Parts: sequence; structure tokens; C-alpha cells
Amino acid sequence: MRIDVNVFLGAYPYRRVPGTSPDAVLRAMERVGIDEAWATHLPGLFWQAPAEGNAWLYETTTRAPRLKPVPAVHPGLPGWEAVVAEAVDRGAPAVRCDPTYFGLDPGGAEMRGLAAACGAARLPLLSAVRLEDVRQRHPNDRAAELPAAALRALLRSHAKLRLVVTHADRALVEEVHFGSTPEEAARVWWDICWIWGPPEDHLETLLGTVGVERFVFGTGQPLRIPENAVAKLDLLDLPAAQRTAIESGNVRTRLSR
Amino acid sequence: MLIDVHAHFYHDRTPRADWRERNASRLAAGEKIGITIHVASILGSWGRTSPTYFPSPADLPYGNDALLALVRDHPNRIRGYVTVNPNYTAHARGEILRCLAAGMIGIKLAASRRASDPLLDPICDIARDRDVPVLQHVWQHRRRDWPGQEASDAVELCALARRHPDVRFILAHIGGGGDWRHSLAAVRAAPNVYVDLSGSGVDAGMLEECLAAVGVARLLWGTDLTMDTGWAKLRSLERLLSPEELDLVKWKNAAGIFPRGAFPFD
Repeated sequence: MRIDVNVFLGAYPYRRVPGTSPDAVLRAMERVGIDEAWATHLPGLFWQAPAEGNAWLYETTTRAPRLKPVPAVHPGLPGWEAVVAEAVDRGAPAVRCDPTYFGLDPGGAEMRGLAAACGAARLPLLSAVRLEDVRQRHPNDRAAELPAAALRALLRSHAKLRLVVTHADRALVEEVHFGSTPEEAARVWWDICWIWGPPEDHLETLLGTVGVERFVFGTGQPLRIPENAVAKLDLLDLPAAQRTAIESGNVRTRLSR
Repeated sequence: MLIDVHAHFYHDRTPRADWRERNASRLAAGEKIGITIHVASILGSWGRTSPTYFPSPADLPYGNDALLALVRDHPNRIRGYVTVNPNYTAHARGEILRCLAAGMIGIKLAASRRASDPLLDPICDIARDRDVPVLQHVWQHRRRDWPGQEASDAVELCALARRHPDVRFILAHIGGGGDWRHSLAAVRAAPNVYVDLSGSGVDAGMLEECLAAVGVARLLWGTDLTMDTGWAKLRSLERLLSPEELDLVKWKNAAGIFPRGAFPFD
């Protein structure tokens, strides 16, 4: 069983990306052996009202049950509480908010309000540190990367909040993990898509220092080729139980609602 | 057979206390991936006593000698590019001749001088005379100067390649950050520029656009600092190419641009 927590559906505004349709993503999942994917409507992340992409997302994932909807919520807009409530009602595995893309202070009052609502609803909150390498971003793509300080602030803001952070590199993972209490650090999970393998061995190091239980499988497809996350795991000499934990076990046992 | 045309190693006079582990990790990962030969370079002291991209004449021979020692220790696994700084013309010429005579098979230019600069001409003359390729560090679409390097982009490398049509150039790490589409548009009409697929970038569509721009005959497989991304791109190529085409990217194109006899299987 392999669950990908980091998948997008739909076109990307800053460059042409192949394979963004639900059918194409499902084919890519089949190709690399991904059974289930947490998916977000990608164009909506760049809309004034990101939640307006959620209706399409729910409809699409209803037709393709291997895709699980992770709807976008903008806590600075009126009615955001209803978006969270709908996610709960529809059984979404998480909601997502990318504050720097939405023009929000990533550790500010709106985000802390969302963190509280997610914590109270036992609904994980998912955010990406970045969507692309800063060196290759479109000149008009100026959203800041998600800072570690904001993640620490969110973890401290509500004792029940569970965070899933995608596209983080080793430095950010370490800064949040070791800058938090053990109780706080135990409420954040990191996808592996942006963490380097050999010869730098950042992923191997983090599994030893931060712990296998903190990591989940994620690809960032279709912006990134999904083969990469699988290759990272294939390059590790992980016991089967640890690999299973990363590929699906941590999601099923620690991030279930 | 699989040739990594863009590998690096470290030595005891770099800032890396873990240099032995990193070298060992590259070789161990290479065994898993199936890498037959790592064609590598060492950029001076990697910043310890001179900047990584502006290595000093004092640091370059130490790094190059460390690489030659690795080649001697792993004669069936490692080959070397001699790294030089074009700002020191006489030193660069001497170092290239010394290291090629010692068995290195190519020239590595980092980002010490813009690729289009005339100071690179004498280096390319040696490359032509000795029939070795030049691996040029490239920033894919450099919109401005970045700290720490005098980076070149594909347009600048192609300007150099036009002045030296008999030299084979390798455009480094198309996945190494920056706008790779800009590079592909530039190299399309530069028949003596080969595209190295290394780098941490694994953007969907990049491999397909590389194939569309330069064809399978001018693609070279490599890893640079992230071997997992290299392996991922290799796995993706397996679904895009026939077995015969895949062999070109995996090793045959590389075998064709390095000197005959450079590899154990030549």
C-alpha cells in the first residue's frame, strides 16, 4: 500500500505541465505503484477565492475514489469555517492552506484561527513550503517560501493541530523539529519529495534523527515526476516495517480522523 | 552499462568533515543504481581556502590530485575531469596537460569566468587538440548575477561552442535550477553541445522537452549532487525510449564524446 499525500490536479499557471488531468494522474499512479493520493485542485491555489476549486475537486474525486480530496481553505475570507465543515462532512483526509500564496501572514491570526478549527475538528492541515525551486520560478511568481518560524508558531497555537508539510528540505525539517517540544514535534509530518538522497543522505539522516514516524510518502506530481519519491526509498536500506510506515502506515495510523 | 557524466567527490581539505562518508555513499548508491563509471570532478577545496566556483591555483592541483588518487583506487568505477580556473591561463593550461597525461578524460569549468569570455578559448584549443570534452557549469537562464559564481547560461555556452565547432561541450545539469526551457531553446541549433540530465530538478515534462529539443543523440545521463533524482529520470526515460535509444543516453553517447579508451569497456 502506497499513499501519496502530495498530488495536484489541473493546470499550473506558471509553465506548461503535462499530465495534469485526473486520468493522467491516475495513470502515473498506476505506473509507479501508488494506490491512493491526496489531491488538491491546483489552479484554485492561485485564485482570489481558492475554495472555489473545491466543488470540481469533490466531484472529480467522487468519480475516482483512489483520489482523496484535500480542499483549499483561505482563512482570511468570509465563510472559511464552512469550507472546513464541508471537508469534515465529506470525509476529506485533510484541508490545505498555502498562506504565502494566498497573501496571508503564515503565522498570523487567520492561520492560527484555521489551526484551531482544524485541531478542534481533528482534521489535519496541509501546507507546502514551496511548489518549485526558487531558481526556476516565473518572474511574477513571488510568493515567499513557508518559513520554519510560522510552522513552529502554528504548532504552538493549538494543542490538537496536526500539520502535514510538503516540499520541505532537511534544514527546515530540523529547524521545526528541534525548535519544538517533543509534544509539538509529534504533531507534524513531512513528505519526502524535496529531501535529498545520496550522496548527501539527508533523508537517511532525518529518519535517524527526527524519526521514521514523522515522514510520509509524497511526490508533488504532476509538477514533479513521481518516480523520484520511490527512488529515494529504494536507495535506503530500510527494514520493511519502516518503509511501510512511510509509504502508508503513518498516514493510516497517525493521520486518520 | 551506465555512465554518470556529472559526479563529484570530496577530500580531506574541504569544509566537509564527512567527506569520506559522502564519497562512500556515492559509490554505494552507484552500485544500487547500476552505475558503471562515475565521471567526476573536484572543485578545488570546495570553499575551504578559496571559493567553490573560483578555486585558486593553489587549491586546484590538490583537488585534481585527490581525484586522480580516487581513479587509481577505483580503476573500474571512476574517471576524472580536470578542474581549472580560466582566470589563470598559464596555470590552467599546465594543469590540464598534467592531469590529462595522468589519465583524466575531460575538462571541468565551474563558474570562474563567463563561458563566452575569450579567456576560455585557450582551454578549448587544448580540448580540441587532446580530443576531450568540456563540462561547463550552467545556470539555466541566468537573469542576473548570483553571489558566489560568475555563472553562464546556455546562450553564453553556445557562443563559445560556435567559436569552437570541433570541441564537444556538455551543458551541465539541465535539472540544476533555473529555466531549463531557455537552455533547450538555445542548444537546439548547437550540434556540439550535449545536455547533461543531472540536477535536483525532476520537473514533469523536462525529459520530453529535452528529447524534442536535441534528440536522443545529444542527451547524457548524470546525477550531480542528488543521485535519487538521477535514478528517477532514468526510470522515466525507460518509458519514453526504446531499449536501443535508452542505451544511447545511459552510456553510448558518453562513450562517443570522451576519448577512445577512456572507459574499461572501450
